[in-house]
Amino acid sequence: MAGKLEMRECYGQALVEAGRENERIVLLEADLRKSTMGELFRQEFPERLFEVGIAEQNMIGMAAGFALTGWIAVASSFAVFASGRAFEQIRQSVALPRLNVKIGGSSAGLTDTGDGATHQSIADLAIMRALPNMTVLSPADGIEMKGAVKAMLEVDGPVYIRVGRIAAPTLYDEDYKFELGKIVVMRPGKDVTLAATGTMVHVALEAAELLAKDGIDARVLNVHTIKPLDEEAILAAARETAGIVTVEEHNIIGGLGSAVAEVVSAAGGGPVVRVGVEDVFGQSANSYEELLAAYGLTPANVRAKAQSLLQRA
Amino acid sequence: MADPKLVAELEEKAKMIRRNIVEMIGDTRRGHLGGSLSIADIVAVLYYHTMRLRPGDPSWEDRDRFLLSKGHAALAQYAALIDLGYIPKEELYKLKDLGSMTQGHPDMRKTPGIEAGTGSLGQGLSVAVGMALGLRLAGKDSKVYVIVGDGELNEGQIWEAAMAAAHYEVDNLVAFLDYNGLQATGCCAETMRTEPLPEKWAAFGWHVINIDGHDIGQILDALDEAAAVREKPVMIVAKTVKGKGVSFAENVAGFHHGEMTTEQYKQALAELA
Repeated sequence: MAGKLEMRECYGQALVEAGRENERIVLLEADLRKSTMGELFRQEFPERLFEVGIAEQNMIGMAAGFALTGWIAVASSFAVFASGRAFEQIRQSVALPRLNVKIGGSSAGLTDTGDGATHQSIADLAIMRALPNMTVLSPADGIEMKGAVKAMLEVDGPVYIRVGRIAAPTLYDEDYKFELGKIVVMRPGKDVTLAATGTMVHVALEAAELLAKDGIDARVLNVHTIKPLDEEAILAAARETAGIVTVEEHNIIGGLGSAVAEVVSAAGGGPVVRVGVEDVFGQSANSYEELLAAYGLTPANVRAKAQSLLQRA
Repeated sequence: MADPKLVAELEEKAKMIRRNIVEMIGDTRRGHLGGSLSIADIVAVLYYHTMRLRPGDPSWEDRDRFLLSKGHAALAQYAALIDLGYIPKEELYKLKDLGSMTQGHPDMRKTPGIEAGTGSLGQGLSVAVGMALGLRLAGKDSKVYVIVGDGELNEGQIWEAAMAAAHYEVDNLVAFLDYNGLQATGCCAETMRTEPLPEKWAAFGWHVINIDGHDIGQILDALDEAAAVREKPVMIVAKTVKGKGVSFAENVAGFHHGEMTTEQYKQALAELA
């Protein structure tokens, strides 16, 4: 515990570790492998790394071809390009035929701080979640990233995994066991639920600390698997607490908040308040924290949203 | 020069494929007649001569692979797969029916013998390049054959795949360009000028062979030449006629996805008898 781990380094290291154990893993990269950290895999397995140049659509098609000839094909790029530029290739060539292709969406959310709106990925969870056959993962810290990468390689089918370009506070011990599709209750609580994904889990945990000072007992959920969603844990939270505040580094449309609201409303309703980027594009900033603050992805805002939910409940 | 007896046999197979295509559409359905007929001769040579296959074992590891990047021409592939026993005979009359194996576009999860999911144009060549590299990395000597449409060359992804195939010196990949000059709306030349095509493929680093795509002997010779090429992908630019073999559909863009009257249907079958 404590300390920080670089999410993308953990992604790259996990691929290397998996590559040592399983010779059937190949990695495709689109001229960003020094950022995605696919470079680590190239250093150890140059023969199993395929650089395709700046051509994400072809990268996904080639990954499909590798999967069709018995390989576990991993393709990484920045999340905005991997999920967006190659969306239709993922849909047609990978998801529809249910192929064993894993897509690493790097520099996800607002973590490509300086590059601004063009490189910030705020719709990837929404579009990947909307594809049948797709599993969608969004790990919370470096330890969970390693577990999630290992788990995704064991799935026989397409997986999208979100990878931030940040050193995230470590929430788990080394012996943490990642269970795909199973929400982790980070903190029990009976008053209100904070359901977060990715590195927003630590923001939710800090918000829960603030709420505790207000005398509010907040449950914190780590929703590392956006799809398939752990409906049981979501419905338990809706039933046992006054309502759910979702927290995600993503547009409030289509991502975790929408997924949670879909489940809760289908079961008869209950308040769901979404904290996320409020349907606007991002922008450049000199610090990541400054950007998070600009879009309300802070413990203080989560606390305020939880309080207002409790007031109207 | 190809053996005349073999040529004659394969010409019969091509005619059978064309008859099956026409029967699949019949006089009650709409279907991709033109682009399926234009590749019938190439499909006949691949399935009945060139490719290493075990029809009783569609997932045999050492088989050669065939992909239609122009997935809408699936009828030609279905015709061969039905004749070879991959697909039950009755599917011939179930084209695009709910739950059928003969879907509007090829679906590997629904149809034995289909190797990938294609139909969204421009994607199949990338998949073929990945397959060829995957086979090479696995130490297999299987080959990948893919048919690309000329209209499909409007898609940028085709050229991404073209670069990658040459960059990785993929020599277990043979592509055919179904160069029939028509696309959905009309002439390729009027819709989007892509000429000069053989030169473009050569400039992208491919070994290019120009043939008449309806001349079985030329198709056989081109495949022989392709088999000897090393360290380059091969593009066989096959000049074809959209709708070939059915006189009223030849070179008619309307039969890209057309409907035959009962009279036309009878005439088509008579011409292919």
